[in-house]
Amino acid sequence: MAGIPARLEWRRASVLRHIDETPRVKSLVLDVPGWAGHRAGQHLDVRITAEDGYQTERSYSISSAPAEPQVTLTIERLGDGEVSPYLTDVLHPGDELEVRGPIGGWFTWRPEEGGPLLLVAGGSGIAPLMAMIRQRAAVRSPAPVCLLYSSRTYNEIIFREELDRSVAADEDLMVTYTLTHSQPPGWQGYIRRIDRAMLEAVAWAPEEHPMIFVCGPTPLVESVATLCVGLGYSPERIKTERFGPTGGDI
Amino acid sequence: MSDANELTDMSDVSDESLRLDGNAAAGMLEGIFTFEVTSAHCTCAGCGRTAPLGALLLYGGEMGIVLRCPACGRAELRVARLGGPEGQYCIDMQGMKTLRAIPA
Amino acid sequence: MSTPFVSRGFRGRRQRSDAAQRLPPGQYLVNGFPVLSAGPTPHTALEHWDFTIIGEIDEPRRWTWDDFQQLPRETVTKDIHCVTKWSKLDTMWTGVSLDTLLQGVTSSAHYILAFCDGDYTTNLPLADVTGGKAWIAYEYGGAPLAPEHGGPARLLVPHLYFWKSAKWVRGIQLLAEDEPGFWESLGYNNYGDPWKEERYAGD
Repeated sequence: MAGIPARLEWRRASVLRHIDETPRVKSLVLDVPGWAGHRAGQHLDVRITAEDGYQTERSYSISSAPAEPQVTLTIERLGDGEVSPYLTDVLHPGDELEVRGPIGGWFTWRPEEGGPLLLVAGGSGIAPLMAMIRQRAAVRSPAPVCLLYSSRTYNEIIFREELDRSVAADEDLMVTYTLTHSQPPGWQGYIRRIDRAMLEAVAWAPEEHPMIFVCGPTPLVESVATLCVGLGYSPERIKTERFGPTGGDI
Repeated sequence: MSDANELTDMSDVSDESLRLDGNAAAGMLEGIFTFEVTSAHCTCAGCGRTAPLGALLLYGGEMGIVLRCPACGRAELRVARLGGPEGQYCIDMQGMKTLRAIPA
Repeated sequence: MSTPFVSRGFRGRRQRSDAAQRLPPGQYLVNGFPVLSAGPTPHTALEHWDFTIIGEIDEPRRWTWDDFQQLPRETVTKDIHCVTKWSKLDTMWTGVSLDTLLQGVTSSAHYILAFCDGDYTTNLPLADVTGGKAWIAYEYGGAPLAPEHGGPARLLVPHLYFWKSAKWVRGIQLLAEDEPGFWESLGYNNYGDPWKEERYAGD
């Protein structure tokens, strides 16, 4: 249809490669024709069509920085899932995937908006926040970032190595992990779900007026958002994106 | 992100953990509104609470979009696509007093 | 025009079916029982639950949960068809027939509007919930109906698309004039016969 921006229409992206992030999580790197860039935090809608015409759609956050030429989705394979196993296990490089987007404008961050940033992630909720962290690094934004990241186990921390390297190289990026299901021997970090005390210990104080982004399973997002309001952060500075359930108890 | 549709065995998943929000509805809504929709301020016709559309609670699944006020639960925006994915929209905004687009 | 896009190797969770002839046009069989809700799951305690028949009626009827459990119950096995194209065959439900509930009711009404906890409603001709076609079901597969699937009790009208089988039903209003319910007022078909693919208004 004439006049409709490309990003609103379904287009065929090509799968370039997969990246194994954790045992259950893969990133899918796509070449999207006519891609005009995105903002960190946005997502793509993905549409899958079977031979008999059956169609179903899902949404996945873009984990790559806008500065990157290719578009990366980070997908957790749900054992029971209809679409996620297809995306992680069946698609090959060269296959095509119908996508629409980038989508969203509220749950986004551009470096020119500044900081400080308080990012809170549960499980695969790290995906859109990683786009923000990567974009910040790509343009050398001075905005300080505090990331609080809840995962079930150490091996399920998505992007762990990249985050640890980034923290070592940047004194304005602080990352705190909490592992809620089990911990490796010698683990000195948090071992419980995010609660008020953890936020008080780790996050920017409300007086710093951080921009807050919370993403992950719905129960975590709602709990953290409520805690933040209770701690005195401005509600209009709190942005949330619910992922519904994920494979585990995060 | 919309993993809510991924699970078939609901026996150990509480309904509240399935809920998504207005961010997940944005793809369809961008075919209707010409402005960025998740940051638009929506005022509930029921309780008067104003929230960004991205923060409204999303229900409806494949039947359509039902966006509810996070304070009182009133359905502020309902959208169905009639005749399937390429069909015409039917939009009901009786539950929303006003919707104000916010420039990006 | 390019050929329609097909995702290589995708089958989804539909079952291969030898039961194709039992499926209305455009439907797919599924494993599992997808949950689709227009709103949050209500949690009405059974001691507060009641079912009422109101509207164009000689005298409104009301049953508490305990009253309801005393009524004659039926177990039926039915195929169910959702307008979003999934179908499930041989689903087993236990509940009270609408015929039982409407016994002795005098009314000039031709339509009903089912109302529920939350704001969900759906409308039907009275003739489509009588004559052994509809139940208030409180068990599924021999176990109490789970909240996500409409428990404590839902309307069950299996000959129509499943959005008519209103979850968390609390009563029916007898009406002289038809009044579109939640999805019907948003462009879904007023009647919803799966065998005629009456999905949307105008079908």
